[in-house]
Amino acid sequence: MTPLLRLTDVCVDIGRKRLLDGIGLTLDRGQVLGLVGESGSGKSLTALAIAGLLPLIGGKVTGGAIHFDGMDLTAIGEARLRSLRGKRFGFVMQNPMTALDAVQRIGEQIDIVSRLHLGLSAQAARLRTLDLMAQLRIAEPSAVAEAYPHQLSGGMKQRIVIAMALAGDPELIIADEPTTALDVTVQAQIIQILTRLSRDRGLALLLITHDMGVVAQVCDRVAVLYAGRIAEERAVEPIFEAPSHPYTAALIGCIPRDGMAPGSLHGIPGAVPVSGRYPSGCRFNPRCTHAADLCRQERPALRALPSGGSVACHFAKAETS
Amino acid sequence: MTQALLQVEGLTKQFHAGGGLFARQRSMTAVRAVDLTINRAEVVGVVGESGCGKSTLARLVMRLIEPTSGRVRLDGTDITALSPKTLRAARRRMAMVFQDPYSSLDPRYSIADILAEPFVVQSRRMPARTVETMLETVGLPQTMATQYPHQLSGGQRQRIGIARALVLQPEFIVLDEPTASLDVSIQAQIIELLSSLRDRFGLTYLFISHDLGLVRYFCNRIVVMYLGAVCEILPDPKSAPRHPYTSALLASNFSPDPAARRTLAPLAGEIPSPFNLPSGCAFAGRCPRVTDICRMQQPPLVAEGGHAVACFNPL
Ligand SMILES: Nc1ncnc2c1ncn2[C@@H]1O[C@H](COP(=O)(O)OP(=O)(O)OP(=O)(O)O)[C@@H](O)[C@H]1O
Ligand SMILES: Nc1ncnc2c1ncn2[C@@H]1O[C@H](COP(=O)(O)OP(=O)(O)OP(=O)(O)O)[C@@H](O)[C@H]1O
Ligand code: SF4
Ligand SMILES: [Mg+2]
Ligand SMILES: [Mg+2]
Repeated sequence: MTPLLRLTDVCVDIGRKRLLDGIGLTLDRGQVLGLVGESGSGKSLTALAIAGLLPLIGGKVTGGAIHFDGMDLTAIGEARLRSLRGKRFGFVMQNPMTALDAVQRIGEQIDIVSRLHLGLSAQAARLRTLDLMAQLRIAEPSAVAEAYPHQLSGGMKQRIVIAMALAGDPELIIADEPTTALDVTVQAQIIQILTRLSRDRGLALLLITHDMGVVAQVCDRVAVLYAGRIAEERAVEPIFEAPSHPYTAALIGCIPRDGMAPGSLHGIPGAVPVSGRYPSGCRFNPRCTHAADLCRQERPALRALPSGGSVACHFAKAETS
Repeated sequence: MTQALLQVEGLTKQFHAGGGLFARQRSMTAVRAVDLTINRAEVVGVVGESGCGKSTLARLVMRLIEPTSGRVRLDGTDITALSPKTLRAARRRMAMVFQDPYSSLDPRYSIADILAEPFVVQSRRMPARTVETMLETVGLPQTMATQYPHQLSGGQRQRIGIARALVLQPEFIVLDEPTASLDVSIQAQIIELLSSLRDRFGLTYLFISHDLGLVRYFCNRIVVMYLGAVCEILPDPKSAPRHPYTSALLASNFSPDPAARRTLAPLAGEIPSPFNLPSGCAFAGRCPRVTDICRMQQPPLVAEGGHAVACFNPL
């Protein structure tokens, strides 16, 4: 079966800077893929590349392909891309306020999506809007539909943005840190709603987060980004049980778990390098406890793992295809 | 015998908003009748969601703001009753690290100046080599002394914030979400730094966070706040929660272990407006265990062997 979404060797430049370098990922229908990595590793750029929104920040895809249901999104042109956005894939941004129009009523903002993409009448669109709001556990949907964004709490606004992303009945949702600004109890609600939709409707969900706890609890697969490259991409259980890449292991070692003895958090020394200051060879080598001369000289290729998935480390036990 | 270093009694802070010519003035209680004791060399965590009063409590404890009522005693001295001059002397014994490493350091001063500033405020002479020693203590290179905050990463700035808090050799430090704006990779380093400093200098911490997983790792006791009031004090980070809100917080905390997946049972409902609190238990509108009495009366905080809970129907 071909996956719904497949990125092959995707490169993204802004100006003369290469910010994503050979990103590869796959996502099937009904699957939740977590995209993780420290701040600045390229998570949002990956999301923007898939959604075709890089021009907004002056970037472009300069290599590789992004296949969505067989079509290469990098080659179909802006007009067709626009017709897919909203209808076949939805985008949930980190800050709900940037997605909402401050002077338009909530209900109208959701209605417009299904009118545009599903060709519904005003009345049918409103019924769909109220139904979606109810599914997202918004109390008194018809009252909330008449409200303006500033009258709602952060968690409510984020649920409205999710309703807008769902209104065109998409097959894929890309959610960029949808809960980072929210309280933990609200975060739990929203993550539960998103993952349930994925299971119940066969929706594919690309969930960008820096929270390894969220990843462990709800994702099927995980892609770890580091300095614009994929470090490791695998199913969630093996990645937590036996991470293949030292960066994945280090990230997991940063999170306190129940029963951990004091002093057992390690952290990762140093910081994610920025474009233009990438070290040669493996970009993680200055921070890596396993780094050897080879790591400073040669870029590790992304190789397939015997247990499925792939890893880019010279010392990981991968298949040497 | 354990010895109380900090005692907070009935601490309350009301804020007034609005007012002016046309708007009706409204008041809200950001911190309500908080009682709390912190023993020497203890790390007490305060958790709760945004707006529940954690930072207000921190600022009251430091007396950066004046309480509406209640007391804060440091080693027996009531600091809420001190004159500005005696307060300054007491301030040498306590310090605070702020949440945002970007706005808490003055961009016009070099790192060396920032570390010398507490001595200037105290009109004391800074001992020789203080800056060098402090940089070393928090694991930063000596070359940083001549740099400015904008040249440092978030994690480095937070280390400077910690160094500045340590410079007068305080006994007690309030840490207000010191890692909330940092990557987990940096958070882990800062937490281990704080933990080794505590061991080395016998420090006592009040550690504020919204991350229950982190608090359970780092703290000896945990205070849970909801809308300005303490709803539970866990005597041990491993104690099972008895308050339904603590239990919901714990259930909302995503464990980094895919083998231990749980079905989430998130709380329904929204946090009520602090300007318009229900008359009974503040949590009643979201509580799965709510009964009639909860909507009518405020549950008192009742302690049983160090475990205090404010709930009519505890778990
Ligand atoms: N508009 C831009 N112009 C130049 N560089 C950019 C731009 N947007 C992002 N970058 C750079 O690209 C890299 C990846 O950025 P990106 O926003 O994708 O990171 P991220 O993983 O989403 O981080 P965060 O967790 O902080 O959101 C960073 O080094 C960033 O500085
Ligand atoms: N100076 C002030 N004037 C008026 N209201 C205030 C003031 N400072 C805080 N508040 C209010 O008091 C309540 C508690 O705020 P506080 O900053 O203590 O919360 P917090 O628990 O630290 O939240 P966060 O997790 O977002 O930092 C909030 O409703 C806030 O709006
Ligand atoms: S390739 Fe080398 S430096 Fe890079 S992660 Fe593997 S061991 Fe570390
Ligand atoms: Mg981002
Ligand atoms: Mg605060």
